[in-house]
Amino acid sequence: MDKTVNQKAWFLVLPVFLVVAFSAVLPLMTVVNYSMQDTFGNNQFFWNGVGWFKELLDPSTDLGGRFLASLGRNLFFSMVILAIEVPLGIVVALSMPRQGWTVAACLVILALPLLIPWNVVGTIWQIFGRPDIGLLGYVLNAIGIDYNYVSNAVDAWVTVIVMDVWHWTSLVALLCYAGLKSIPDAYYQAAQIDGASRWAVFKAIQLPKMNRVLLIAVLLRFMDSFMIYTEPFVVTGGGPGNSTTFVSIELVKIALGQFDLGKAAALSLVYNLIILIVCWIFYTVMTNAGAERKPQEGAA
Amino acid sequence: MARIDLVDLAHSYGGNDAPQDSFALKPVTMTWRQGGAYALLGPSGCGKTTLLNVISGIITPSRGKILFDEVDITPLSTQKRNIAQVFQFPVIYDTMTVGQNLAFPLKNRGVPKAEIDKRVAEIGRLLDLEPYLNRKATRLTADAKQKISLGRGLVRSDVAAVLFDEPLTVIDPELKWQLRSKLKALHRELDLTMIYVTHDQTEALTFADTVVVMHDGRVVQSGTPAELFDKPAHTFVGYFIGSPGMNILPAEVRGREAKIDGHVIALNRSYDSLPASAKIEIGVRPEFVETVAPAPGLLSAKIERIDDLGRIRFARARLGDAKLAARAPAGFTSPDGTAGLKFDPSHVHVYADSLLVEGAA
Repeated sequence: MDKTVNQKAWFLVLPVFLVVAFSAVLPLMTVVNYSMQDTFGNNQFFWNGVGWFKELLDPSTDLGGRFLASLGRNLFFSMVILAIEVPLGIVVALSMPRQGWTVAACLVILALPLLIPWNVVGTIWQIFGRPDIGLLGYVLNAIGIDYNYVSNAVDAWVTVIVMDVWHWTSLVALLCYAGLKSIPDAYYQAAQIDGASRWAVFKAIQLPKMNRVLLIAVLLRFMDSFMIYTEPFVVTGGGPGNSTTFVSIELVKIALGQFDLGKAAALSLVYNLIILIVCWIFYTVMTNAGAERKPQEGAA
Repeated sequence: MARIDLVDLAHSYGGNDAPQDSFALKPVTMTWRQGGAYALLGPSGCGKTTLLNVISGIITPSRGKILFDEVDITPLSTQKRNIAQVFQFPVIYDTMTVGQNLAFPLKNRGVPKAEIDKRVAEIGRLLDLEPYLNRKATRLTADAKQKISLGRGLVRSDVAAVLFDEPLTVIDPELKWQLRSKLKALHRELDLTMIYVTHDQTEALTFADTVVVMHDGRVVQSGTPAELFDKPAHTFVGYFIGSPGMNILPAEVRGREAKIDGHVIALNRSYDSLPASAKIEIGVRPEFVETVAPAPGLLSAKIERIDDLGRIRFARARLGDAKLAARAPAGFTSPDGTAGLKFDPSHVHVYADSLLVEGAA
């Protein structure tokens, strides 16, 4: 059969092409363009090549120092909240009821913090933690703990971490709960017959059956905490000093505070690249975990 | 290893105060001897799984007692009873190897390592799992996984009974045979009490020495496969066991005669004192009704079709409103679609309100 030559199809693809170009490709290329230039007022641009990128990776420069310090803080923050939220989420999921009206009640209560906008969460904690009028801050100081997130870096960190745990542990708990619900009763009954203790049931059945949702939970929490901006910005504004300045806060300072579009563009590209790499690692781990399961599904 | 006694055992998911008609398991009293192979047979929802779960302790019965060797174990938890159970779908612990799976019940009970290794090796050998002992259990086929589930039950040397809840549902037909023979062999070798729940009569009749037929939460008959076949105690047993099932025909029974459609069929025994208000039926297995050429004095039926099962042929016939299956002997044809029916009197049973009536000699 002869193929009919018909180029009309190109016109049908054109709208998508335009939308993608205007919404993704052109803005990204603009950023790439900026990252190679130094910008001054009045739209004056000077070519800088890969200069900004070199500076970014060199801790001895101002830009590199700020970037690497904030990246370090960001990674530390992500590790801490993962170390708290994942085990805590599992414990919450395990202690949730399995049936009855209490299930619905628990789910609603757990979902509530997830529904609150970031800046509202920030404002809540900003006020909650104030030593003069905030309930938490006032009580802590009243019982003799010197707590002030505005002046003490450790207090600021604790506040930001507790706030994130308050806001996002629910997500981990809900995901784990879904994973737990999918375990057939026969597993628990078999474990009972095998004389398994509570801990053995958790290790042999619940944890392995949850590991896929846990992977998703870790991915989501890592990405979210790695991109965190609003909540610490509202509570501490990155301070005291630079102690809670994360990468995104640094980026906004450079881009909008100093209006150094070249530096900011280079930073955001590197930031983006890190996120892409982390995503790729997670994706690979997840698909490999899936491949390991395939023969089982085929056989059953 | 133990004798199991069920004493007035009943269970209702709606609580003890629910009307007895709604009980998932109606009161039952029976004894299972040590080392026997029992099958609980019945359609879905007849209460057989409930009974099994009551014995294993997953369900606490609303009423009655379970004795293992005359010791009341009703209040004991599953862990404390020496029971092994194999479920419908294979349950394996994903992260462990086959060997670790087999060792799990022993490890949980604090058995010394050397003893565990010995038992695991022995059960691995019995179940032909030796080559897989060090492999992850996740990647195996369904029948190998089911063998692991079974192995976890057998690995404890002190189990009172091994319970099977339709364990071959997910297994391919070809492998079903192999696994079933394996089970029989294990039963002989290990002298264990085995209780096997199934809705498949072939499975039940080939596996068990004693088949317990359940219907609507009640144990309707318990006996050897031959007893169930020759003398069903309930029309349900007659109908459920055998392929095709027993013919159940409404009839008037007086003395040694049953009357169907005005035709008289001779009976081997005499039935004089049938309850007046009961629904009287006669039951006869298709194997003991023969289709012959129509003749005066024979009950005549309309032949709808003849099923050729290879070794034997069954005619599907219609008798007024009732349907009936009968053996069609070699060479039998029915050009005009009618046939006479010859009954074997020694195999015609009389049922009053679905229950077998023993006639007088």
